[in-house]
Amino acid sequence: MAAAGPSVFLLMVNGQVESAQFPEYDDLYCKYCFVYGQDWAPTAGLEEGISQITSKSQDVRQALVWNFPIDVTFKSTNPYGWPQIVLSVYGPDVFGNDVVRGYGAVHVPFSPGRHKRTIPMFVPESTSKLQKFTSWFMGRRPEYTDPKVVAQGEGREVTRVRSQGFVTLLFNVVTKDMRKLGYDTGPPDTQGVLGPSPPPGLPR
Amino acid sequence: MNPKEEKMKIITEEFIENDEDADVGRQKKTSKVQRQKRKKQLLTAGPQEMVSEKAHLGSRQEPGQQDLDTDTRLLSMPTRRGPRSLPPIPSASRTGFAEFSMRERMREKLQAARSKAESALLQEVPTPRPRRLRSPSEKEVETEFGTEPSREIQRTQQEDDSQSYSRVKFRDSVRKSKSKPPVPPGFPSAEEAYNFFTFNFDPEPEESEEKTKAKNRDGAHQEEEEGEEEEPRVQEGVNKTDEEELDGKDAMDFLLGLDRGAEDTVAVRPADYESVHVRLQMEKELLFIPSRRTVPMYKKLPENAQPRFLEDEGLYIGARPEVPCTNQNIMENRLLTQDPGRGWFGDDGRILALPNPIKPFPSRPPVLTQEQDIKTELETLYKKAVKYVYSSQHMIGYGDPPGSFQLDIDISGLIFTHHPCFSREHVLAAKLAQLYDQYLARRQRNKAKFLTDKLHALRNAVQMSLNPAKTPKSLNTTRKAINEYKSEIRQTRKLRDTEQEKDRTLLKTIIKVWKEMKSLREFQRFTNTPLKLVLRKEKVDQKADEEAYEAEIQAEISELLEEHREEYDQRMDGYRSAHQQWKAWKKAQRAKKKRKKQAVEEHSNEEMEEPYPGEDPVKPVPPEPTDRAVIERQVRERAAQSRRRPGEPMLVPELSLAGSVTPNDQCPRVEVSRREDVKRRSVYLKVLFNDKEVSRTDSRPLGADFRVHFGQIFNLQIFNWPESLTLQVYETVGHSGTTLLAEVFLPVPETTIVTGRAPLEEIEFSSNQHVTLDHEGVGSGVPFSFEADGSNQLILMTSGKVSNSVSWATGENGIPLIPPLSQQNIGFRSALKRADAISSIGTSGLTDMKKLAKWAAESKLDPNDPNNAPLMQLILVATSGESYVPDFFRLEQLQQEFNFVSDEELNRSRRFRLLCLRSQEVPEFRNYKQIPVYDREIMEKVFQDYEKRLQDRNVIETKDHIDTHRATVAKYLQQVRESVINRFLIAKHHFLLADLIVEEEVPNISILGLRLFKLAEQKRPLRPRRKGRKKVTAQNLSDGDIKLLVNIIRAYDIPVRKPTASKFQQPSRSSRNFSEKHAASPTTHSPTHSADYPLGQVLVRPFVEVSFQRTICHTTTAEGPNPSWNEELELPFRAPNGDYSTTSLQSVKDDVFINIFDEVLYDVLEDDRERGSGIHTRIERHWLGCVKIPFSTIYFQAKIDGTFKIDIPPVLLGYSKERSVIVERGFDSVRSLSEGSYITLFITMEPQLVPGESVREKFDSQEDEKLLQATEKFQAECALKFPNRQCLTTVIDLSGKTVFITRYLKPLNPPQELLSAYPNNPQATAELVARYVSLIPFLPDTVSFAGLCDLWSTSDQFLDLLAGDEEEHAVLLCNYFLSLGKKAWLVMGNAIPEGPTAYVLTREQSHYLIWNPCSGHFYGQFDTFCPLKSVGCLIGPDNIWFNIQRYDSPLRINFDVTKPKLWKSFFSRSLPYPGLSSVQPEELVYQRTDKTAAAELQDRIEKILKEKIMDWRPRHLTRWNRYCTSTLRHFLPLLERSQGEDVEDNHRAELLKQLGDYRFSGFPLHMPYSELKPLIEAVYSTGVHNIDVPNVEFALAVYIHPYPKNVLSVWIYVASLIRNR
Repeated sequence: MAAAGPSVFLLMVNGQVESAQFPEYDDLYCKYCFVYGQDWAPTAGLEEGISQITSKSQDVRQALVWNFPIDVTFKSTNPYGWPQIVLSVYGPDVFGNDVVRGYGAVHVPFSPGRHKRTIPMFVPESTSKLQKFTSWFMGRRPEYTDPKVVAQGEGREVTRVRSQGFVTLLFNVVTKDMRKLGYDTGPPDTQGVLGPSPPPGLPR
Repeated sequence: MNPKEEKMKIITEEFIENDEDADVGRQKKTSKVQRQKRKKQLLTAGPQEMVSEKAHLGSRQEPGQQDLDTDTRLLSMPTRRGPRSLPPIPSASRTGFAEFSMRERMREKLQAARSKAESALLQEVPTPRPRRLRSPSEKEVETEFGTEPSREIQRTQQEDDSQSYSRVKFRDSVRKSKSKPPVPPGFPSAEEAYNFFTFNFDPEPEESEEKTKAKNRDGAHQEEEEGEEEEPRVQEGVNKTDEEELDGKDAMDFLLGLDRGAEDTVAVRPADYESVHVRLQMEKELLFIPSRRTVPMYKKLPENAQPRFLEDEGLYIGARPEVPCTNQNIMENRLLTQDPGRGWFGDDGRILALPNPIKPFPSRPPVLTQEQDIKTELETLYKKAVKYVYSSQHMIGYGDPPGSFQLDIDISGLIFTHHPCFSREHVLAAKLAQLYDQYLARRQRNKAKFLTDKLHALRNAVQMSLNPAKTPKSLNTTRKAINEYKSEIRQTRKLRDTEQEKDRTLLKTIIKVWKEMKSLREFQRFTNTPLKLVLRKEKVDQKADEEAYEAEIQAEISELLEEHREEYDQRMDGYRSAHQQWKAWKKAQRAKKKRKKQAVEEHSNEEMEEPYPGEDPVKPVPPEPTDRAVIERQVRERAAQSRRRPGEPMLVPELSLAGSVTPNDQCPRVEVSRREDVKRRSVYLKVLFNDKEVSRTDSRPLGADFRVHFGQIFNLQIFNWPESLTLQVYETVGHSGTTLLAEVFLPVPETTIVTGRAPLEEIEFSSNQHVTLDHEGVGSGVPFSFEADGSNQLILMTSGKVSNSVSWATGENGIPLIPPLSQQNIGFRSALKRADAISSIGTSGLTDMKKLAKWAAESKLDPNDPNNAPLMQLILVATSGESYVPDFFRLEQLQQEFNFVSDEELNRSRRFRLLCLRSQEVPEFRNYKQIPVYDREIMEKVFQDYEKRLQDRNVIETKDHIDTHRATVAKYLQQVRESVINRFLIAKHHFLLADLIVEEEVPNISILGLRLFKLAEQKRPLRPRRKGRKKVTAQNLSDGDIKLLVNIIRAYDIPVRKPTASKFQQPSRSSRNFSEKHAASPTTHSPTHSADYPLGQVLVRPFVEVSFQRTICHTTTAEGPNPSWNEELELPFRAPNGDYSTTSLQSVKDDVFINIFDEVLYDVLEDDRERGSGIHTRIERHWLGCVKIPFSTIYFQAKIDGTFKIDIPPVLLGYSKERSVIVERGFDSVRSLSEGSYITLFITMEPQLVPGESVREKFDSQEDEKLLQATEKFQAECALKFPNRQCLTTVIDLSGKTVFITRYLKPLNPPQELLSAYPNNPQATAELVARYVSLIPFLPDTVSFAGLCDLWSTSDQFLDLLAGDEEEHAVLLCNYFLSLGKKAWLVMGNAIPEGPTAYVLTREQSHYLIWNPCSGHFYGQFDTFCPLKSVGCLIGPDNIWFNIQRYDSPLRINFDVTKPKLWKSFFSRSLPYPGLSSVQPEELVYQRTDKTAAAELQDRIEKILKEKIMDWRPRHLTRWNRYCTSTLRHFLPLLERSQGEDVEDNHRAELLKQLGDYRFSGFPLHMPYSELKPLIEAVYSTGVHNIDVPNVEFALAVYIHPYPKNVLSVWIYVASLIRNR
C-alpha cells in the first residue's frame, strides 16, 4: 500500500516431500502447491511442483521415496491465510489409468526450524456403488475440481472421503521480521527440537 | 477324544459284557471255548475253513462276536493313548472275580500265542523298518494314524465285506499288530504297513487272518458306537475306571494274540438299517440341542435365591455388550447342562459379562510408519527436564506457581512408654504414669459428677410433673413425659454407676501399682525413677455425706420398686389374659370330649386329629410380687462396691517427679550396665512425606527417663498434595548401627490448621521388635515377671509417644500456604470453581440446577456410573447449595478477558476495518491484497470510494444521468442488482458435490456404445474434426494474457460511392454526387479515380477497424463493394481492476466495435506543376457502418462465427448501395438479399476462458408442484433427445421466484400513439411497434446481474426499468403482436451474435416472419441472412412446443405447431393446460413523455457531444458550422418519422442546396437512449473527429424523439465539412 516499503515479514520454506506410505499402490508421483491468503505473496521460488514417479522400496518398509524439494519464499503482512501446502498424489491403477491416490494439506509450520510432518491422505468417494464400479472400471475416479479445496473448509461438507496413505514432508522454515511486527512464533517449549514431531490432526 | 471319554467307553463295554454274561452266560462260555479252539486252528486253518466256521457259528454269532469285539475294540486304545506302563493292579471291579479269573486264564494262553506270532512278525518285518525313518510322508501319516482309524473303520463298516477296502483293512490290522510293545516310541506308519503287506506278503493264511481281524474291528466299532450312545447311563462306572483301564490294557495284550486266531469270525450279515425313528431317538440321546427359550430364573440361581439386581441397589454396572436374546438363551441353556453351569451366572440371573469394551465410534489408527519407528528409536531427542509429578496424584493447581505451599512439622519430642532398656521399675513407673494420666483425664471430664447432677435434675422434673396441681397440661402428655423421664433416669443411673465404678477401680489400681513400685524399690534397693505418688485425703462432712448417701439409696430403691411394680403389673396382665385363654381352652376341650363320645365311628379319625392342632396350653403361673427388702439389699451392695462409703475421705492421688534416683555407684552391676546401655542409645526421627524422606531430626541421646527432646520444626515446601506424613523412629546403639524402631503416621492437618494455632499432639507408636538384654533391662517382646518366682509373666513391646504438631505455614502477608483444593474432591472443587463457566458453556439445562437434578432423578441416572460422576457432583453441589450458581446466562463469558483493546479502539483501527470489509466481500475490497501491517501505512483514501458510495446510495446522481427518470430507474436497477448479488454471494458459498468433485457420470448404453465405437475409430481419420481448445480457468491470468482474436473475412454489399459519380464525377465528392448541377471542382480529381474511371466501376476502398477497450486495429484496405480481407486482428483484453475472476469477467460491459470505413484519397497537391515530381494526397476515411458485439457475448459464446448485418446509417451521404433494387415493400424473400450490407467475422478469445457456470440455485416457486415436476420431466426428456436445443419452461422473475414461462405471454396493448400512426396498414403498425420495442435499451442480464442468471421481468417492469435483454424485448413484442391480433410465438433459439436468445415468430397469411426484438428488424423464414440460426422451442401464451424435427435451422423447419411429430407440446391431452393466470398486468399504462424534458435533454446531449469532440481533437481547432447544424437538426425529425427510409435523396438535395461549397461527409446515428456513455462511444467509434484537415468544420445535431413511457429515440447527425476552394 504505502509506496515506501510496506512492512512485511518473510517466510522462507524449503524442504522436501520426503516419502509416502501407500501400502497398496506403487509408481506414484505427487503434485504440490501452496494455498495462501490474500495478504500473502510469493516472492521467490516455486509455488507448484510435480515430482518424478517413484516406485516402492523393495524392503519391508515399502516406502515411496520422492525427496522432492520444496523451496519458496513468501512475504506477507498478515499471518491470516498462512500458507498451506496441498499435496495430491497420483499413480496408475490396475488398467494403467492415471488416477488420484490421495489429497492432503498441512500448514507450513509456524515456528522456524526443522519440522517433519506426516499428512494423512484421502480421496473423495464415489457417490454410489455403481459410480464406484464404473469409475474403477473406466479409470476415472472422482477428483477434486481443484486440489486447493482440501486446504479450505468451504463446501467440504458435501464431500465424503476415504483415507489412504500418508505422506511425510520435511520443512525447514525461516522467518524474518515476524517478531518485529509483533508475531512471536518462536519454538514453544523445547528449543531447537530436531526430529519428527507427531503429525498434527492425528489422534494421539 | 480325551482319556476320560475313553475310559467311559471301556467301562461301557465291560458293562455290556457283563450284561451279556448275565443274559447269555451259557453261550458265552461256549464261545470262549470256541475261541480257544480257533486259536489253535490259527496256524493251520485256511480261508475255506473260515467260511465254514462262520456258518457254523450261526446263531450264537452275535454274543460271541460281541465278546470278541470288546477285546478287539480295546486293542485300538493304546494306539491313541500311547504306550503306558502302569503295573497291573488287582482288579476289584464289579465284573466279579469269576469273570476276572477267566480273563486271566485266557490271557495266559493268549500270551503264549502272541509271543509266537510276534516272533513270526519280527521275521517278516525287518526290511521296511529302516525305511520308515526316511519316509517323507511320515509325519502326515502319523497324524492320520492318530486320528483316522475310527473313521476308516466306519467306512469299512459301511462297506461291510467289500473287497475294495481290503487294503484299508490291511492297514488297520497291520497297525494293530504292530502297535505292540516291541516298537517302543512310535508305531509303524500306515504306509509302511501297506508296503509291507503288498510287497512282502507271501503266506496265504496271513491274509485271511488279517481279513478276519478287520472284520472283528468292524464289529468292534459298532460296539463302540453303541457304547457311546449308552454313555449317559453308565455314570456309576466312573469310580472303577482305573482298574478297568488296566484291565483293558491287559486284555489288549492278550487280544493281540487272539487276533491271530480270529480268522473264523467272518460273518455275512445283512446291511444294517436303522429306522429313522430309531436314529432320531438315538440322536436325541446323543446330541444336545440347546433350546432357544428363555431359561427360567430359578434354574440359573442357586436354590431359594432371589435374583439380586445390583443396579437397583445403586451399584454401577456397565453397559453389557449387545447379544441377541436368542443367542443369550442358547448360551444359557448350554451352560446349564454343564454341571458347574451356575458359576457362569451372576446374582441377577444373567450371564456374567464385562462391560462392552467396544468404542462407540471408530478412530483413526496411528501413523504406520515403520521406518520412522526405527529412526525414532535411534534418534536422540532433547527433552527438557520435567518436574516430577507424583504419578497417582493430582498435581496441585497447575496454574499456580509451584512451591508456594508449606507444611510445618514441629517435632518436639519423644517419650518411650516402653523400651527394652526399661528396668522393672520403669515398667511400673510407665504404668503408673499412664494410669495417672488416665486418672487426670477422667477427673477433668468428671463424668460421674455430671451424671449425678443429671439424675438429680431428672428426679426433680419427675417430682414436678407428678404434682398435678402445678401442671396445666393434659394428663396424657404429662404421663408420657413422666414415662420418658423415668426411662431416662434409669439409663442415667446405670451410666453413673458404671462411671463411678470405673473411677473407683482406677484409683485402686493406681494405688496398687504404686504399692508394687514401692515394694520393688525396696526389694532392689535402688530407685530408677523419680516418680512419687502422694495420696491426698480430702475430709468430708461425715453427716451430710451420710445423709446424701442414704437419700440417694432411698431414691434409688423407690425408683427400682416402681420399676418392678410396673413390671409386675405388666406381667400380671399377661398372666390374666393367658389364664383366661387357658380356661377357655379347657372348656372347649371338655366340650369336645363330650362331642367325641357322641361322634360316629367313621368320623373319629378326623376328629381324633382335631384336638391336637397346638400343644396344650400350660396353665399360667401368676408372677411373684417384688420384695422391697431384696431390692434394698441389692442397691446397697452395689453402692458399697462402686461408691465411696459415707464418711470415707476422698483420695486424690498426685504424681510427682520429686523422688531421687539412686546414683550409679550405689546400684548393682546389672543396673549400672543397663544405665550405660541407655546412655549409649540415641534416637532420631526421619520425616517422610508421601513415602519419601524429606528430612530427619538430629540424633539425640536417650535420657535416663526415656524421653528425647528434639524441638525441631521442619518446613516442607510441597508440590503435591500430602498423601501421607510419616515419622520413622530410628535408634542408634553406640556406633553399631541404626534400627528402625517404629513408624509413626501423622495425620495430614485440616486446611484450617495453620502454624501457631496447631496444638501439640501426642501420637503413639509401637514396635514389634524383640530384644533381649543381658542387664536389668526387661527387653522388648520377651516375657518377664515382677514376681520372684517368675509367675504372672508380662510381655511388653517397645512403644512410645511422639509429641508433634503438623500445620500449614502462613506466608509473609499472613496468607496460609494451603493448597486450595483438597485432594479428595479436587475435581469437584474445580468444577465449583468453574461453576459459572459450566453454567454458561453448558446447555440451558445446566443453568437450572433444580431442573437438572429433577431430570437426573427422573431419568434414573446411575449415580455410581463413573461417566455420570461430574454431573452428579454438580447436582450434588447445586442442590446442597454449597456453591453459588449464578442465575444469569452469559454467552461469551470469557469475552472480556480476551478483549485486548476496547471496542472503540478496535473500530478506530484502519487495518481492522479493512480486514472486516474484505471479509464481508464489499466490492471495493473484495480482492484487496496485502493489507498493511500498520495503521499508518493505510492511506485514508482507501476508504474514500467506499464511503462515497455509501453516502451516494440515497442521493440520486443527476450528473451522469441527464434524465431524471433514467436516474431513478438506474437507482432502482442498482438496488435490484445489489439484492441479486447478495443472493448470489450467499449462493456462491453453497456448494454442491459437483462443484468440488469431478466425477464421471454413470454411462448409459448409448455412451458406452459410443465409447466402444470410439475404440474402433481410426487414429488418423481422413477427415479430421476440429478439436476443442483447452479451456482456462480464469485464475492465474493477468493483464495481457488474454487476447481477443477478430478474424475479418469478407463483406458483402458495402455501399459504394454514389453511382452517379461513377458516370461522370469523382466518387469521393459526395457533395457533388447528389446533383449534377454542381460542378465538380477540379482539385478533387485524383489519379486513382481517373484510373478507375474507364472501367466504369464504382469504387469503394473499404477497410475494417476493430476497436475494443479503446484499442484500435484495422485491416488493410481492400477494394470493391464485396471485399475480402481474411485478416486476423489481435486485441489485448484487460479485465477491470485486473480481476480475472469469473464474476468480474461476466460483468465486463465493453463492446467490440467493428467499423467499416471507406478509405478515400484526396489529392492535396496545390500546384499541378508539381504533379510530376511529388504526390500529395490525404487519406480520408469515411465511416460506412459498424457491427457492435458485446464482450459478454464473446465470453459466453467462446467464439462468434458468422455473417452479420452491418449497421449502416440510414443516410450515408455520398454512398449508395450498388444494386439498389427497389422492390415494393412486400415481405418477399428476395428482398432481403439487397437489404443491407454484411460482413463475415470470426471472433474468439485466446486462450479460451471457462465461462461462469450458471447459478443453479433452486428458487422457490408459487407454481403447482405437479407443474414443476412436469417441467422437469419435460426438460429432461427434451435434453435427452436434443441436448443442444434450448428448452425453457420456467424462468425466474425479478423477485427471484420460479415462474412458468407461458405466464409471461399475454396480449398487451401497445401505445395508442403507435396504433394510430398507420390505422390502415397493419404491417406498418407492426413495424412501428417493433421499432418501439427496439428503442428500449438493451442491457444483458449477465452484465446487470453478475453470475449467469436470467431474470425475466414482466413487461411493465421492463418498461419501467427501460432496460432488459432479448427475452424482455421479445416478450413485450410478442405481447404487442398478440394484442394486434397476430399469431405470435416466442422463439427460443440460437442467433448470431447473441447466442441463446429469444426472437418472435409471427404468422402472416401465408408465411412466417421472424422478428429480432432488439433491432426491430424482421426476416422471412427463408431469409438466409436471418441471424436466428436455430430454433429450440416455441412458446405461446398457452403452451410450449419443443422442436423435435431433425433440423433446427429456421430455413429448414416447419413451424406448424399442430403437428405433434414435429413439435412436442408441453400441455397435451394427458396434461391439459390448466389455465394459468398471467403475471403480466391487465393493461399497460403509458404516460406521455414530457416533450420539454426531451428537448432539454437533446440540448444537453448536443452540448456534451460537442465538448467531447473538441476534447478528442486536442491539437486542432474545432469549428462548428452552425448553419449546417441547424439544417441537420431540421432534417433529423424527418428521419425519425420515416424511420430512416426513403428520405435520402431529398435530404441530399436539400443539403447541397444549402451547403454548396462544402465538401460534406456525415451520417446520422440512431440509437435508443439509455445513458450518455454509449452515445459518446458511438460517436467516437465513427472517427469523425479524426479528420485533421486544417480548415475542417463540424456539424452535430441531436434529435430526441420521445415515445410514450419515456422511450427515447436519439438521432445524432455528425458531419464534417470542408470548404471547397
